[in-house]
Amino acid sequence: MAEASTRETYGKTLVELGRQNKDIVVLDADLSTSTMTSFFAREFPDRFFDCGLEEQNMIGIAAGLAASGKIVFVSSFAIFASCRCFDQLRLCLSQPELNVKIVATHGGITVGEDGASHHAIEDLALYCALPGFTVVVPADAIEAAEAVRVATSDHGPFYIRLSRPKTPIVYPEGYHFTLGKAVTMRQGTDATVIAVGIMVDKALGAADILARQGIDCRVINMHTLKPLDETAVVKAASETGAIVVAEEHLAQGGLGSRVAQTTAREKPVPMEFVNLGDRYALSGKAEELLQRYGLTARDIEESVKSVVKRK
Amino acid sequence: MAKKLRRHVITMTATAGSGHPGGSLSAADIITALYFKVLRHNPENPQWLDRDRFILSKGHAAPILYAALAETGYFPVAELATLRKLDSRLQGHADRKFTPGVEMSAGSLGMGLSFAIGVALAARLDSKIYRTYVLLSDGECEEGQTWEAALSAAQFKLDNLTAIVDYNGMQLSGWTRDIMNLEPFTRKWQAFGWHTIDIDGHNFDQILSACQGAEKIKGKPTVIVARTIKGKGVSFMENNAAFHGKAPTWEEAERALKELE
Repeated sequence: MAEASTRETYGKTLVELGRQNKDIVVLDADLSTSTMTSFFAREFPDRFFDCGLEEQNMIGIAAGLAASGKIVFVSSFAIFASCRCFDQLRLCLSQPELNVKIVATHGGITVGEDGASHHAIEDLALYCALPGFTVVVPADAIEAAEAVRVATSDHGPFYIRLSRPKTPIVYPEGYHFTLGKAVTMRQGTDATVIAVGIMVDKALGAADILARQGIDCRVINMHTLKPLDETAVVKAASETGAIVVAEEHLAQGGLGSRVAQTTAREKPVPMEFVNLGDRYALSGKAEELLQRYGLTARDIEESVKSVVKRK
Repeated sequence: MAKKLRRHVITMTATAGSGHPGGSLSAADIITALYFKVLRHNPENPQWLDRDRFILSKGHAAPILYAALAETGYFPVAELATLRKLDSRLQGHADRKFTPGVEMSAGSLGMGLSFAIGVALAARLDSKIYRTYVLLSDGECEEGQTWEAALSAAQFKLDNLTAIVDYNGMQLSGWTRDIMNLEPFTRKWQAFGWHTIDIDGHNFDQILSACQGAEKIKGKPTVIVARTIKGKGVSFMENNAAFHGKAPTWEEAERALKELE
């Protein structure tokens, strides 16, 4: 299966955008060789600022630049770009709705061996809690490039979460990304898996296996967590009668919470959730961790079977 | 004019029934000097691209900023009476979304210097000659972010940035030296790579010459450490931490206004 790195794609896309638009500036916190903003730094040294290990300061600087008309990309690891600077995100970016794009790499537990201190598993809850923020988790490198392009032209604060490891390609070249519009990856009538990020590919894998067992499963890529495509959620609930939400995140506050809030109000149906639950993960290889903490195609398959029984 | 702005602070906070008079009064002379002498600004066009930027990091001193903005014509003086009222453009802490002339939403302390760095970097990128001024409190220099920003402003050699510390020596619950000592304060900034100027923050001439002096410094940012008195101008508010975040009663306001005649 073809794989590509979302962060490498981000780095290259940023250079391409930087050539087109002189107002784009990039900030990083001493991680540019990992977040791949180093590509931009090399080509546009005057528009790149390494803020050192000062994430709080970096968000404030980003706000000042954005208030002065710049389109500001800010990168770090997802853990430091969320938990470390939340008050700054809130008052400097969210409240005044400034044009800053936080593109964080190393989301979730697939960071792997670095362990709990580096696993960003509450970032989606935090960012979704911020009024005015658009929150996107691309499913593959093609979607990551598209999301970064759209964020550049769409005014306001963005959070885009990318991964450390290479991720399977789920889209053909030429895929067109529409912000806030979920993508039905596969039609189905018995249940719907609503997934995000690396879980989209796993959901497609689960749907293949389920098909052989006679369960016709719809798969939706909800790349934009906020604003949520509620129409797609309600349609899935109405047409398939059961929903499984899969995400590389804690149980609270992420995609699962957001989808459940919509179904609870508009169309209650049986639901199951594939996520990390309420715990921190250990050090280990990415694949080992996904197995250990129940984030595999097999886990999605089991959840779909359970939810279908509850219809 | 500083006296007039102080009178506004007393009336505004008394009318609102809440707010922060102490730290507004200590900053009154600095704000007056900036808005009436130092800043190149255009109240009729708050978004003028070449304006000097003033960033109030100590967002709780919003009343004194609002008084200066009103008296320089950003909005009607009568609007000052709406401070902290529902749907007013004058929020409890300075807010860039609603108030003409306010550059930054502040109120969570320690963030303003970072914001100012971003603004100063933008000036450099755009080859603009405007200057960025930021007013900090001494209390907020307890926030670690202030020192992150201090490091980076020196790293980026931002000689188009002037920070002013309204060093009134007090914070909400008492003297900063008793709660979290900041001394030796000026030497800390020097160690962080800044040019420093110590002044009496209630002496107009000293404020003006410090601002002019800062413009001549090349290759590094300047901090003006302005020693001030919290509650300056009102005898019973001076050096009284109780008036950090408490509005005067009407009876107290009348006494204060008499002193400020």
